[in-house]
Amino acid sequence: MTAAAVSPSDMGQWETVIGLEIHAQLATSSKIFSGASTAYGAEANTQACAVDLGLPGVLPVLNREAVRMAIRFGVAIDANIDHQSIFARKNYFYPDLPKGYQISQFEHPIVGKGQISISPAEGEHKLVGITRAHLEEDAGKSVHDQFPEQSGIDLNRAGTPLLEIVSEPDMRSAKEAVAYARKIHSLVRYLEICDGNMQEGSFRCDANVSIRRRGDDKLGTRAEIKNINSFRFLERAINHEVERQIEVIEDGGRVVQETRLYDSERDETRSMRSKEEANDYRYFPDPDLLPVNISASDIAEIRAALPELPEQKKQRYISELGLSDYNAELLTANRDTALYFETAFAEAEATQAAVLVNWILGDLTGALNKAGLDINESPISAAALVQLVARITDETISGKIAKQVFDAMWQGEGNADEIIEARGLRQITDSGAIETLIDEVIAANPEQVEQFRAGKEKVLGFLVGQVMKESRGKANPGQVNELLRDKLK
Amino acid sequence: MPMTVTEIRQGLASGQFSSVEITRDYLQRIAQHNPVLNCFISVTEDIALQQAEAADALLAQGNPGLLTGVPLAHKDLFCTDGVKTSCGSRMLDNFIAPYDATVVECIRDAGAVMLGKTNMDEFAMGSSNENSWYGSVANPWNTAYVPGGSSGGSAAAVAAGLAPAATGTDTGGSIRQPAALCGVTGIKPTYGRVSRYGMIAFGSSLDQGGPFARSAADCAILLQAMSGFDARDSTSSDTPVDDYSARLEQGIEGFKIGLPKEFFAEGLDSRLARVIETAIDELRKQGAEICDISLPNTALSIPTYYVVAMAECSSNLSRFDGVRFGHRCDEPVDLEDLYKRSRGEGFGAEVKRRILIGTYALSAGYYDAYYLKAQQLRRMIKNDFQTAFDSVDLILGPTTPEVAFKIGAKTDDPVSMYLQDIYTISLNLAGLPGLSLPVGFVDGLPVGMQLIGNYFDEARLLQVAHRYQQVSDWHLQTPEAYS
Repeated sequence: MTAAAVSPSDMGQWETVIGLEIHAQLATSSKIFSGASTAYGAEANTQACAVDLGLPGVLPVLNREAVRMAIRFGVAIDANIDHQSIFARKNYFYPDLPKGYQISQFEHPIVGKGQISISPAEGEHKLVGITRAHLEEDAGKSVHDQFPEQSGIDLNRAGTPLLEIVSEPDMRSAKEAVAYARKIHSLVRYLEICDGNMQEGSFRCDANVSIRRRGDDKLGTRAEIKNINSFRFLERAINHEVERQIEVIEDGGRVVQETRLYDSERDETRSMRSKEEANDYRYFPDPDLLPVNISASDIAEIRAALPELPEQKKQRYISELGLSDYNAELLTANRDTALYFETAFAEAEATQAAVLVNWILGDLTGALNKAGLDINESPISAAALVQLVARITDETISGKIAKQVFDAMWQGEGNADEIIEARGLRQITDSGAIETLIDEVIAANPEQVEQFRAGKEKVLGFLVGQVMKESRGKANPGQVNELLRDKLK
Repeated sequence: MPMTVTEIRQGLASGQFSSVEITRDYLQRIAQHNPVLNCFISVTEDIALQQAEAADALLAQGNPGLLTGVPLAHKDLFCTDGVKTSCGSRMLDNFIAPYDATVVECIRDAGAVMLGKTNMDEFAMGSSNENSWYGSVANPWNTAYVPGGSSGGSAAAVAAGLAPAATGTDTGGSIRQPAALCGVTGIKPTYGRVSRYGMIAFGSSLDQGGPFARSAADCAILLQAMSGFDARDSTSSDTPVDDYSARLEQGIEGFKIGLPKEFFAEGLDSRLARVIETAIDELRKQGAEICDISLPNTALSIPTYYVVAMAECSSNLSRFDGVRFGHRCDEPVDLEDLYKRSRGEGFGAEVKRRILIGTYALSAGYYDAYYLKAQQLRRMIKNDFQTAFDSVDLILGPTTPEVAFKIGAKTDDPVSMYLQDIYTISLNLAGLPGLSLPVGFVDGLPVGMQLIGNYFDEARLLQVAHRYQQVSDWHLQTPEAYS
């Protein structure tokens, strides 16, 4: 077969098409159709009331807060919000689905068409369409590993409100898909409608992936990949799936429409069920719930109460603070990072903005990532970081020494001033003291001095380094440079 | 002769008898007659006597509620805390509800004494009470005949004086048809008037609870206790509840009553038609204006109903899967086996038939042709009534096309059984209130007449029925064996 000669990794002729379905768990305190608590981690079945258990005769009552949260999302993505929204039953049997149907939405979702701008790489921008977002209840959990030869059912999660956000198939690479997912993740946290915790399953992604020959208008047959619980896995799962599909087609096969499960341990996707085996969900409007009426004034009220959103913040950082597009994007990608920056900046001087941002996005983010901490768990508070930055800008310490101070602050040795004092790190700016050091270095390195004078400019760096070393890093490097040149003339 | 609720209230208030005494009387009557009639699935003797004692204490304080000390029975479809709620099904033979239905709570709060839970067609699916896991109920007027269904146990219990009143539910006629066949008075209120919380669902957009009693005046008292907004039922209405007893004694002069020609056409036993004509004459005599009207889409109500009700029930009954409560098959080998055998063993034939039809109607490719089409027809049927109520105050017709039939006569012919509900079903589709009251006999079996009201106009139905019952005694007649 000639097709086998083509390397599967040869992406050249193939285009990837991706759409995402994101399930964001809404941060209501009680469930979407009952009064039971939504708190995570309680003992099995202690947060499931008669309604969550689907006992005979019980009825759902809609949690209005979930509706408000969904509308908040809709308003934030400029979506069309109909004045009437309808709940429907999605019928299928599974032991952790107590009623034998899930209350979801089908024909009249609460949030209609919208869009969101993503930035997959520095300087790149792309609009991704959002088809719809609808409210639904979560199912419980099946526990397969606690009882020999039996499965357990935990219905604590049953009835937890979810917002399912469905994108258009607008993404063309795993990178774009991740950028989109991150953007939605950031947005729901800005809106305070979801805690975004992926480990606990508060934010879950399913990816619809297909490939087609470049230039084709028609979409290829898609596979839906489920069970992806981190952004890293999202990227890997998509890339694996794309490779698999290319291989299938190049081997003369056809991609079948199916649901595939991502196995992060083996780093592969495998078939869960094909379209033929797929359920016919027999959606129909839930007769137990009345249509939800949403007035223009409800929407206006929610719009008026929206917080500043990442995109607005980013534009403000660029125009008012003069930050670069890239830095503004990074800073606003996470609401907590932006809040940290704003808290710090409120204490700093306007001219310190750029240095402050570099510290937040550089050393602080690096240290947090290494320690696996969120920025709101940072051992260095925003105010403490501002003090450190102030010592750099007022030339008390050099940027290099500042890293030492930062490390000591991270270890909890005190604030910047205390550490600078205790360790004697104050920068030497007294030119007399520096000149003494320079004289010593010149005397100790006659050969290099000779070379410099003979025109070898590069040697200057070595000599500056020697002076800095003698000062144990405390000399002001600019000053050293200047004075050294003068001496060597 | 069995007493009415009104008489029991007077007797209790005047100290003629205590609640414990009258409760014991009823328990004794149940013990005596239930083996033949099979009206009760559970008799809650201990609870009844406890509640009766408490009621006597309240009565002694001279501060009784609407139903303090009055014994009555609940259809076994209303969940009752700590008491088996079977819904007439093997599936729930072991189910003890951990909570009370709102209706049960309201009636208990009004002071009533619960005698027990009454027999019914399995999951309220049937018009003869022959579909019960607990066996058929006999019609007290002739025990070879059906009492109607699905609330056959409640209707028969009231007719035989095993309870002065009982609750029922009506999805397509399940209160009005057995009331007619057993010669008692029953009312299905407007959809949303009585909370559905704790009523085991059959067709959620059609189901309504309501009372059976020996008179319209009694029904007024019971409906008063059952009605009202319930935050636990999103389809419950917050329209204020009328005082149903207040208007009973007012005259009906000038009331415009429409007779839908479709209700008196082919299919109606001419002997029933004559009985009803006589009752109409009586209302005319009292000053009501009678006129002919048309409900042109009446014939469509049966197919429409059977698509809507079955689609809804196919989904409503999915929760009975053997996982959390109810019947579970022995030794399931895997999940599919658990589902198949638990449901296969737990449900009876009619329930299975309806689940299958409903599932089919909702399936991909059929949804538009069946479910969606049925919704369109439902709107047309509702519009027919709305047009009619532009010119009349209430609508009148037979409750059923014929009197009670023999047990077993229609069990092999589901379509003929479904036609029993031809005059009652359209009200459920439209959400309108309807009342059935006894107006005579054919072949020694009671004939029911149906009054149909506009939305939330229950008071008028009760008033017209009461005025009729002031000049007739059909409602007070009791089969000889039970008088």
